[in-house]
Amino acid sequence: MLTKRIIPCLDIKDGRTVKGVNFVDLRDAGDPVELAKVYSDEGADELVFLDITATVDKRKTLAELVTRVAKAINIPFTVGGGISTVEDVKVLLNAGADKISINSAAVKRPEVINEMAAEFGSQCIVVAIDTRNVDGIDFVHTHGGRKATLLKTQDWAKEVAERGAGEILLTSMDHDGTKAGFANDLTSEISAMLSIPVIASGGAGNMPHFEDVFTAGKADAALAASIFHFKEIGIPELKNYLNDHGVNARL
Amino acid sequence: MEVAIIKYNSGNVLSVLYALERLGVQAKLTDDPEEIKKADKVIFPGQGEASSAMKYLREKKLDLLIKDLDQPFFGICLGQQLLCSHSEENDTSCLGIFPIQVKKFPPLDKVPHVGWNNLENINSPLLAEVTEEDYVYYVHSYYAELHPEYTIASTHYLEDFSALLHKDNYYAMQAHPEKSSLAGQKILTNFLKL
Repeated sequence: MLTKRIIPCLDIKDGRTVKGVNFVDLRDAGDPVELAKVYSDEGADELVFLDITATVDKRKTLAELVTRVAKAINIPFTVGGGISTVEDVKVLLNAGADKISINSAAVKRPEVINEMAAEFGSQCIVVAIDTRNVDGIDFVHTHGGRKATLLKTQDWAKEVAERGAGEILLTSMDHDGTKAGFANDLTSEISAMLSIPVIASGGAGNMPHFEDVFTAGKADAALAASIFHFKEIGIPELKNYLNDHGVNARL
Repeated sequence: MEVAIIKYNSGNVLSVLYALERLGVQAKLTDDPEEIKKADKVIFPGQGEASSAMKYLREKKLDLLIKDLDQPFFGICLGQQLLCSHSEENDTSCLGIFPIQVKKFPPLDKVPHVGWNNLENINSPLLAEVTEEDYVYYVHSYYAELHPEYTIASTHYLEDFSALLHKDNYYAMQAHPEKSSLAGQKILTNFLKL
């Protein structure tokens, strides 16, 4: 049976993980490759690397990191952050990434989704959508959720799927960082509306939150960062919990 | 041992190369017929679209070469589909090693089938020590139908389909062993032992 996926997200800057990570058993907690191996060994189903570097050498540093990760781990991984062109995608896929995720660039020029899907196949194109509720309406936001757009989240999700996105990574900026649970209603609405998988992100605080987003939220996968990095929840215990509560997870 | 990975217009073949490196095997990515012929094992990975892959293989005469090999041969993902006789993806005639049709999943749930799913009805030395509790990583919209003789494991998603196939020296797998954690590692190790 197809299982629900658990995806830790690593923020990367200049080839290093940012935000404190509480992994005392690592020789170098700032090395994304070491952290990736730990998660992969613990049973993470996929990994997402989000690059927040803002320098011109960025692409080269990132591509080198991607190759090191690809050599080290035996699960799929996605790379995102500042990707805007078909050429950007080519560099990262050739370096060994399984999928890439685009966000602001797709909002700016939606045709880029079609171009990327045509060139590399939908299976490796994840469109990340940051959403925030404004007076009862869900709007797409860009630039880490700071910049509002006029796009309604539901409309945009439908459009990116039609343009060839293979998956949607839906982050609720209202829930992100709250540890109060995922945006189950919105995730469920979008997942039910689309024929492509939806990865829910933002708000994970405890194990029942994951159960909820997979049942009530109809998510195909759930992404979280700090609760895994700070070992508040271990991946094996989370997966055992999900299986005990009737949600299929890979052990 | 010499392992050749067939190089063609398919995405992400590097991950297979890296997976073999993790097993201590330095494989060679090549489209040179002589190198492929003399290899002890041949891996035919794949990601992409069936008709353009077949067109490329025919142009390079790799189609004839693949049908003519007698060492253990392993088609992965699109590689499995191309070893079948026909694919619904752009109505493509494929290599015909397996007399099997490749069909598109019905639109009854999310397509592509993305994520980790388990193997059932396991029956092959390629799957030694692999159990029905083992999960492998899938990402595909088309699947090979079941065959009474050549299917050596099945997976269920909307339909039961051929997760792995075997006929003579040809083996094939729809999921990605190179991305399937320890289960995938076991399968690649078993293949190298054939």
